[in-house]
Amino acid sequence: MGITAAGITKRFRAVGAGKEPFLAVDDVSFTVPKGHLVALLGPSGSGKSTVLRIIAGLERPDSGEIRLEGVPVTDLPAKARGVGFVFQHYALFKHMTVWKNIAFGLEVNGKTRREIRERVEELLELVRLSGYEDRYPSQLSGGQRQRVALARALAPRPRVLLLDEPFGALDAKVRRNLAAQLKKLHDEVRTTSVFVTHDQEEAIEIADEIVVINRGRVEQIGTAEQVYDRPASKFVASFIGNVNVIEGFASGDAVRAGPRGIVLKNVKAPIPEGEVVLLVRPEDVEITDEASDGHMKADITEVRYRGTHYETELDLGGIEIRSVWSKVRGRALSRRPGQGIYIRFARHTMFEAGKGHESLRAQLQSLGYIE
Amino acid sequence: MSADDTVPISTAETPAGFSGHAPGHPKSGGLNTGAFLTVLVLAWFALLVLFPLGAVVRGAFREGFTVFLAALSTPEAGHAFGLTLFITVISVIVNVFFGVAMSLVLARQRFPGVTLLSAIVDLPFAVSPVVAGFMFIILFGPEGWLGRWFEAGGIRIVFALPGMILVTMFVTLPFVTREVVPVLMEAGVEQEEAASTLGAGSRRTFRSVTLPTVRWGLSYGIALTTARALGEFGAVLVISGSIIRRTQTATLHIHQEFTDFDYEGAFSASLVLAAVSFFMLIAMELMRRRADERRG
Amino acid sequence: MAGTAALGQGLSTGSGFRRRRRIFRPELFLRGMSAGYVGLLIVLPIVAVSVRALGGGLGRIWSDLARPEALFSIELTFLIALLMIAVNSVMGTLTAWVLVRHRFPLRSVVNALIDLPFAVPTVVTGLMLVTLYGPRSAVGSFLSERGIEIVYAKPGIVLALLFVTFPFVVRAVQPVLMEMEPEMEEAAATLGAGRLTIFARVVIPSITPAVLTGAAQAFSRAIGEFGSVIVVAGNIPMKTQVAPVYIYGEIESYNPRGALGISVVLLLGSLAILVILNLIQRWGRRQDVRG
Repeated sequence: MGITAAGITKRFRAVGAGKEPFLAVDDVSFTVPKGHLVALLGPSGSGKSTVLRIIAGLERPDSGEIRLEGVPVTDLPAKARGVGFVFQHYALFKHMTVWKNIAFGLEVNGKTRREIRERVEELLELVRLSGYEDRYPSQLSGGQRQRVALARALAPRPRVLLLDEPFGALDAKVRRNLAAQLKKLHDEVRTTSVFVTHDQEEAIEIADEIVVINRGRVEQIGTAEQVYDRPASKFVASFIGNVNVIEGFASGDAVRAGPRGIVLKNVKAPIPEGEVVLLVRPEDVEITDEASDGHMKADITEVRYRGTHYETELDLGGIEIRSVWSKVRGRALSRRPGQGIYIRFARHTMFEAGKGHESLRAQLQSLGYIE
Repeated sequence: MSADDTVPISTAETPAGFSGHAPGHPKSGGLNTGAFLTVLVLAWFALLVLFPLGAVVRGAFREGFTVFLAALSTPEAGHAFGLTLFITVISVIVNVFFGVAMSLVLARQRFPGVTLLSAIVDLPFAVSPVVAGFMFIILFGPEGWLGRWFEAGGIRIVFALPGMILVTMFVTLPFVTREVVPVLMEAGVEQEEAASTLGAGSRRTFRSVTLPTVRWGLSYGIALTTARALGEFGAVLVISGSIIRRTQTATLHIHQEFTDFDYEGAFSASLVLAAVSFFMLIAMELMRRRADERRG
Repeated sequence: MAGTAALGQGLSTGSGFRRRRRIFRPELFLRGMSAGYVGLLIVLPIVAVSVRALGGGLGRIWSDLARPEALFSIELTFLIALLMIAVNSVMGTLTAWVLVRHRFPLRSVVNALIDLPFAVPTVVTGLMLVTLYGPRSAVGSFLSERGIEIVYAKPGIVLALLFVTFPFVVRAVQPVLMEMEPEMEEAAATLGAGRLTIFARVVIPSITPAVLTGAAQAFSRAIGEFGSVIVVAGNIPMKTQVAPVYIYGEIESYNPRGALGISVVLLLGSLAILVILNLIQRWGRRQDVRG
């Protein structure tokens, strides 16, 4: 096992006397197989960066254990753990050249001049910055600085590589590019790596596994497909990808929802009686001209052209639903706002509403993930 | 910005000095108010600062260059300058050492009382030099809490060199810390954390990361400390008793000459001190600019 | 210990849960050293003087302070300081404005010279002013013919204080002006505000904390100023004797008792100013909206 985190808990003392300590990490456990690239995914404030820093040794947990390649390191300071850490804002040594930055970890460990020179050159090539070694960080672009940070972290051949929102400070296109490059680099170097992000597209794109964290707790651990298509909790379903959230009531066999209490077809209630939440992704709302079993009638309120697809707003018995149509389908059906259409929920998840539902909704709304 | 979004601003409304330029990039004072203000300010500055300085130069050389040199070569002057130099060097060294230590504590540590410590460090700025000297007399005089021990051991603090060094250390204490702390806080702790993940211990991190980061702020602080130590007057006057050729620093020497109506002596020594201060000032300015650059 | 990234860096955990006990931690050592140094050099002397002053009883202090010379010196000190910071606030702000917003030849030279009063020893300041405005000088004799004395009179004190405190407001306001984003003023302009309105309602509120900070620092310096004042204005009781000079006089007359009371008054004044400064800083920071 590359990294093992077991039962990590951490409280931060709140600033100002008499305030409650803030529980940042709550009994988090997960393992990262050796050589894998894992994403710690969650919204701001979820505690993911804290977990990463605890693995690195930059913070101490209140309880729990960290093992790196089987070796328990919880009592070791950061400098003794052999971790490579890439900070969100790179934390390059501003007064040192690129070369000196990358060489730092090697110099500290007493490598010979020749060893240092060979390794630094090797890394410069790896991150494709050969020829930049005499520049200072202030003379580099954001993407270049990130690559230097990466090279610097990898130079001492760390056991694990940890990246804290490595793409956070860059613009969208550079992000995509660098994410892909990171994946390629990882494939070459095969260091066990964990990166923290709030961007689920990024996580889905490059991670071998994803650990979804919210409010200090692990919500789900799985591959991109598992997390996306089989979300284990309401949070995961709403946070990852886009999703329609429908509140309803289950009674007997039927699930009713919306202001007019229409019966939702083709859904299976998780409980015989009580409040439920239905989550269905826009791309899982099947549309058709011909009604059949499991289809419901909806009215089209808006059609938006998105370049690669159509986005439509539907009214299902008073419930607002967003649906995504491919261009082919859209042209085939050729619908205007005001017209009707039949829809079916192809794939969906339903949870018992439970006590946490309101606050979860509020949280996701305030974070801007749902309207 | 699309065409419909633009609100037209007539040039008459665009104020002098306000422009689309980045702050700190001034627009030339094309309008009258700007030019008037500039002239006014420059005149004020000349009247208040420049003319008086010119007077010192004139006064020093009024009787000619030889007299100027002669006044500086008296044993009193020589001793005074030597004493000033000695006291300054010691005060600067001690306050750099403790100043850096205190900066690290204030900028990087959180504990109850850190604000209090910060306030105490700032205190010497607010205390009148005469009061400072007086406080040390009370504490280190023959009847003082600490003074009586030294007296018993036969060591003189008050009216002697040790006392003068102590008060100079007092008045110059805050400078280094006040300049280094903002730099440390601005730079943040990440570079040091990075060094730690790369295997560097506390000392190595301090040497390779922290110190280079603060070097310009530190230099500026050292320059300020030195300038202040050179020019300290009130506190040293009170605690030293101003005994000629025993406990007179350069500033006290100037005062002595002045009260003895030996104006050449006073001006010559003043010119030397002013010149040294002037060069310190230039050094200070260069370092301050570098420190601000790095901070920005 | 994990979390100690640099000399002096405290634990960011703050949870108090310690796995390992290390007796000697760099940050505690630094803390102790610092506390010891300032305790010995700053706190102890202040405590000593306060205890000595109070030791004689409040009655003694009161009677010492009630002497006409003492009262006069306190009044003179504070009034002149107030007058001086009023002038300096205006001129200092204008100077900062001109330096930041206007270009003129030798601007960087002038900018450097602003710090001159910080670098020049106070005695030398006094000497300069005496030379320029004293009875033997051109300006001085001109004015004294008209009945205006500068040296050995109150105007001299004002001049000395103006010189000595000149940089405070300028240097306090400059960085604020430099950091001010033009967008605020531009936004006001697009909303129809004229130049004067912009200045009054956008610029001035932004720089007020800085001006107040500079003024408070200048005030603090002014009430304690000694070297320049004693040279320019001498030591004439009931006329030009400011509080620090009065204290000096008492010490020189082997009457430390007399000096104690006023020293405590000055110390209290200094402390009050430090508190005010701190409040201003906090107020200013609350205004800080970083977009």
